[in-house]
Amino acid sequence: MNSPTREALPAVDSGRPHAASTARHARKSVWTQRWLLSPAVISLLLWSVVPLLMTIYFSVTRYNLLSPDESGFVGLDNYRFLWSDPSFLPSIANTLLLTGSVLLISVVGGVLLAVLFDQEFFGRGIARLLVIAPFFVMPTVSALIWKNMLLHPVYGLLAAAMHALGLQPVDWLGQYPMFSIIMIVSWQWLPFAFLILLTAIQSLDPEQKEAAQIDGAGPFSMFFYIVLPHLKRAIGVVVMIETIFLLSIFAEIYTTTAGGPGTATTTLSFLIYSMGLQQFDVGMASTGGILAVVLANIVSVFLVRMLASNLKGENEQ
Amino acid sequence: MSVAHSRLRYGITTAVAWSLAILVFFPIFWMMITSFKTEEQAYQLSVIFQPTLQSFREVFARSDYLSFAGNSIAISLGVTLLSLLLAIPAAYSMAFFPGPRTQKILLWMMSTKMMPSVGVLLPVYLLWKNSGLLDTVSGLIIIYTLINLPIAVWMAFTYFCEVPKEILEAARIDGANTWQEIFHLLLPMSLPGLASTGLLLLILSWNEAFWSINLSSSHAAPLTVFIASYSSPEGLFWAKLSAASLLAVAPIMVLGWLAQKQLVRGLTFGAVK
Repeated sequence: MNSPTREALPAVDSGRPHAASTARHARKSVWTQRWLLSPAVISLLLWSVVPLLMTIYFSVTRYNLLSPDESGFVGLDNYRFLWSDPSFLPSIANTLLLTGSVLLISVVGGVLLAVLFDQEFFGRGIARLLVIAPFFVMPTVSALIWKNMLLHPVYGLLAAAMHALGLQPVDWLGQYPMFSIIMIVSWQWLPFAFLILLTAIQSLDPEQKEAAQIDGAGPFSMFFYIVLPHLKRAIGVVVMIETIFLLSIFAEIYTTTAGGPGTATTTLSFLIYSMGLQQFDVGMASTGGILAVVLANIVSVFLVRMLASNLKGENEQ
Repeated sequence: MSVAHSRLRYGITTAVAWSLAILVFFPIFWMMITSFKTEEQAYQLSVIFQPTLQSFREVFARSDYLSFAGNSIAISLGVTLLSLLLAIPAAYSMAFFPGPRTQKILLWMMSTKMMPSVGVLLPVYLLWKNSGLLDTVSGLIIIYTLINLPIAVWMAFTYFCEVPKEILEAARIDGANTWQEIFHLLLPMSLPGLASTGLLLLILSWNEAFWSINLSSSHAAPLTVFIASYSSPEGLFWAKLSAASLLAVAPIMVLGWLAQKQLVRGLTFGAVK
């Protein structure tokens, strides 16, 4: 590597003595870089290109595994059919509603819990383990424990609690299906946000806090002027990672409501699954797949930029 | 007054934080309790009962639990090894021989994570079906590795960046080749980091439930799929559901607890440490 390159990447390669880069090393490093990097790059390249091209191709063909005789190019027909499918628009709305609500709950809840757990209290380490635990529970387990044991309208624990309080038990997944799914998914992802934000909050310089206290900052101005700005970057990271996972939530819906009642909890992921692997309509499902990719890209263009500027911020330090 | 004030504050914080912690943990606690009940006791919602291992015995006797658990173990270990095998050389090359495009490559790898799995569900399903990978352990290992490779590369990269470059340089000048450099210097020095990378891969592949549900049915099905089968009326056998769930969740939860600090770094691609 020549030195201008190295200066372009200060964070990646500071501290390397310039004198060491002889011509032999430069040749060796280019070669090493290529062949060591290629297995990972080639597999990811294949993974990100081949299936996507196939999805695009399927999306403009008639292709149903149940009627293999009817096939061929149909142009944008699948897109027109999908658009007029009564469950399509609700599925987009549900996907965005689920993603947005869980993000809001987990970030706001995560920040508040992190501030609380940043204080000294008895048994803090153990209490923290309890709070992060749901993140390690596999999605099918958490969905079924909630559905059967907590939310069940007759035997569930919430129903029993409401009975005890003299209230009418609620059929959560029947009457408030989306709310219930949001609750289950938030239960899994709030601990994640909490874990990340607590780590970030604890890296706040105690001297900075003391200085602010001496200057007479109360708890609120402390939170808004010291803690929150310090957490900005960590919040950005939480939003980004959770968005990736939340846009394709599937197992929780598959095991609890199967998209119902009606289309109340049909997300784009579930709609594509049911078109493709339940109705075996590869063409339509692929069309949905393309729209899922477009939706994720709209979100990610914005998110990758944020991450890139975060990285730059780190390089400057 | 100040001492009393801070004592009061300590007490209130303890009370509030513990109530919230118990509230969050409650579903897991309830699952643990229920797994030691009989099916009749499970419906009585009481916490006072004679603990029994009956449900665990029935889970083992009536289902092929060990084969599902075996699949989960094989898949998770396979993914961890294969991902590290691909990620370590790539991260080494980017950390120690950065080129003009290194940062772009890293961001591009990250961006492959943005592709929603469901966008390629149909092609992958058909490819796997036609090549005999459907419902095989290796089929799932391949797909999980592709999904998690960007995380593995990123984590290994951030750990390698902390290794002093002078040491590797000195070895190189003394005539060490690339393999010696990686195996004798880099890996031992970054072992804790690589271990936590492996741990994160293990946890993510153990809990993955989109591809396992769609690409496996019986032969290669891991625990996520086995538990999903309880969404049928079987789910009303609460004690058995709880016992099976506890067995599926407990080992990975313990690992997650032990590795919480390192997980933060891995899950945030090194942005939060």
